[in-house]
Amino acid sequence: MPLSFYSTKLADAVNWARKYSLFQYPFVTACCGMEFMAVWAPKYDIARFGAEFPRFSPRQSDLLIVVGTITERQAPVLRRIYDQMCEPKWVMAFGVCASTGGFYQNYSVMPGADQVIPVDVYVPGCPPRPEQALDALILLQERIQRGEGHSQVVLKQERGFDVPLAAIRPTKMGTQGGVPNPPAEGRGGQSPPGPHATATRTGGK
Amino acid sequence: MAQVVLDKLRDRFPGGEILETGSQHGNEWARVAPAAWRQVAEFLRDDAATRMDMFVDLTCVDRSPREPRFDVVLHVYSVEKKHRVRLLAGVEERQPVIATLVPVWPGANWFEREAFDMYGVRFEGHPDLRRILMYPEFQGHPLRKDYPKEKRQPLVRRLPGSV
Repeated sequence: MPLSFYSTKLADAVNWARKYSLFQYPFVTACCGMEFMAVWAPKYDIARFGAEFPRFSPRQSDLLIVVGTITERQAPVLRRIYDQMCEPKWVMAFGVCASTGGFYQNYSVMPGADQVIPVDVYVPGCPPRPEQALDALILLQERIQRGEGHSQVVLKQERGFDVPLAAIRPTKMGTQGGVPNPPAEGRGGQSPPGPHATATRTGGK
Repeated sequence: MAQVVLDKLRDRFPGGEILETGSQHGNEWARVAPAAWRQVAEFLRDDAATRMDMFVDLTCVDRSPREPRFDVVLHVYSVEKKHRVRLLAGVEERQPVIATLVPVWPGANWFEREAFDMYGVRFEGHPDLRRILMYPEFQGHPLRKDYPKEKRQPLVRRLPGSV
């Protein structure tokens, strides 16, 4: 059975799991945070959508939610937090300040978080209503299911798949037919090499 | 309200240190010669009739093209006497320097740093005159009237086409 068949089916399953277990990192800098708290609170309850846990470590989170104004001085911090997150990762810009800089047009405010990090979903509003955040989350979930999150797209470009090949091909199995990017022998599926990696490897050990 | 403070100031400094006084909407103000800035502040704090024991605010105003270009503005209040007064001192653009008030009211420390950061007025004798709001790499003083409104000084940006 060709691997592409497995990986397509697997991607569906993995992405389904991903979209309902988004661990979020709330990067809350301004007044939008007040409204964002309501998204967590029982009345709107983002936990219903599986995005329950705020993890205050970027290494444990999947979804970076930028809530509030980002100043030029904060930009390197935001970039570093984004860089520390494991792939695949998603970013939501909550409120106009995080999306475009909002009504701030001055020396200190950065015109939108997407100046330094890629953003998947923008939520307009000053502040947005909690329903809008839930709407954005559902939108993002649909996108995750289709494999269209920005880091999913990048992973697909670099490795051919945005799901870990180790999941469908345990290390024992080694290389078999129908593999688009054959990994080095004996280490099959550990880290699927991209075209660059394949080119540099000189074959079996 | 605080006319007594202005009277006291005029009595104590007859030699031209107090350039002008006034009262508007019940708030008294006095324009002080910049050379006497520190001296007047100490007097206001220590005199038995004024007792300005609470530092409220210190900031700066860019009045360009007027010369002197900047006004350093000080608000002080007396908890005991329940009166407040506003002091102003003009600062020249060519040499934007005025005495620090940190030894008089320690609370002036961060306010003077802010005025320095935003307007470039230096406070002579300040123990730690660094930028307080903008990052150290920032060039210029953003609240000056001649700072370009659209000017940005980014620390980081995404490369075009990057993730």
